[in-house]
Amino acid sequence: MPTLKEQFWDPVAGFGVTFRTMFKKVVTEQYPFEKKPTAPRFHGRHQLNRWPDGLEKCIGCELCAWACPADAIYVEGASNTEDERYSPGERYGRVYQINYLRCILCGLCIEACPTRALTMTNEYELADDNRADLIYEKQDLLAPLLPGMEQPPHAMLLGDDEGDYYRGSFRPAKNESEA
Amino acid sequence: MGIEEKLPSGVLLTTVEGVAGYMRKASFWPATFGLACCAIEMMTSGGPRYDLSRFGMEVFRASPRQADLMIVAGRVSQKMAPVLRQIYDQMAEPKYVLAMGVCASSGGMFNNYAIVQGVDHVVPVDMYLPGCPPRPEMLIDAILKLHKQVQTSKLGSNRRDQIEALETEALNALPTSEMKGLLR
Repeated sequence: MPTLKEQFWDPVAGFGVTFRTMFKKVVTEQYPFEKKPTAPRFHGRHQLNRWPDGLEKCIGCELCAWACPADAIYVEGASNTEDERYSPGERYGRVYQINYLRCILCGLCIEACPTRALTMTNEYELADDNRADLIYEKQDLLAPLLPGMEQPPHAMLLGDDEGDYYRGSFRPAKNESEA
Repeated sequence: MGIEEKLPSGVLLTTVEGVAGYMRKASFWPATFGLACCAIEMMTSGGPRYDLSRFGMEVFRASPRQADLMIVAGRVSQKMAPVLRQIYDQMAEPKYVLAMGVCASSGGMFNNYAIVQGVDHVVPVDMYLPGCPPRPEMLIDAILKLHKQVQTSKLGSNRRDQIEALETEALNALPTSEMKGLLR
């Protein structure tokens, strides 16, 4: 035989929880309509960075490919010539592919990159309906040309040799105050 | 005779397809197929914070016969592959498959003899979702992209023509071993 409290008070107390919840703030994120920013260092899609004059930072050393635990990166380097220059110095990455169906976004490639050419963005909407489109090529990964940047190939505009670039002692690019 | 002869050609059928697509995408019930860590993110997507029920998908069916979408969440081992195929065969048409996470999509970092290198070796996949594991927003984004596919899906003879066209295209596609150029 249940006691009087169990018969009458307990149901009221139980529905009290439901009733109180109606006045609480809703925790649901309205994702596709209101996007909340990720954490600033969230590991999203990769990006290949550029120098302020538009030359690529990637030197085609393949250290990212060697660091990758999932073998998701394929790099093929080639030599710069005086007529056709993509990066300051001797070499540049001619082929650069990241297979996002293998990549686990761990960031070991970012740690391995000696020139900070490869970094990660906060972009995460990557789903696609076939495997071929999820292999991102160099033109998909390269950072957009900002004002003052020029599409490579072109000569080194900011310094006399690659040493000026890597020491940070280059001239500021046109239309830009900071180096 | 019928109303479709009084209307300009194609109007009625396309409208029916649009309505059917809208109905299909608005109550799109997933089957639970959580195999590994991705399943945790899949459960989170159904929870209050990300709330898949905003898109009519809150009921994760335990029975494949009542489900429209199979979310393969996690790595599929060789031993699990026949089970996966059987679950897929038990689902009623129209059915869709979403490969969630890199392991389900391509094997991911587990490039070894124990793991199926992508569930598309076993079942046809409609949407690939990278990430390890993908966050709930990524899953919702993939599902919404799949909704767009479902909305524009064909019916009846149009559907048969589409399947035939896709099959012909797949049969005539260049094998990967003969592809030349930068992609290798």
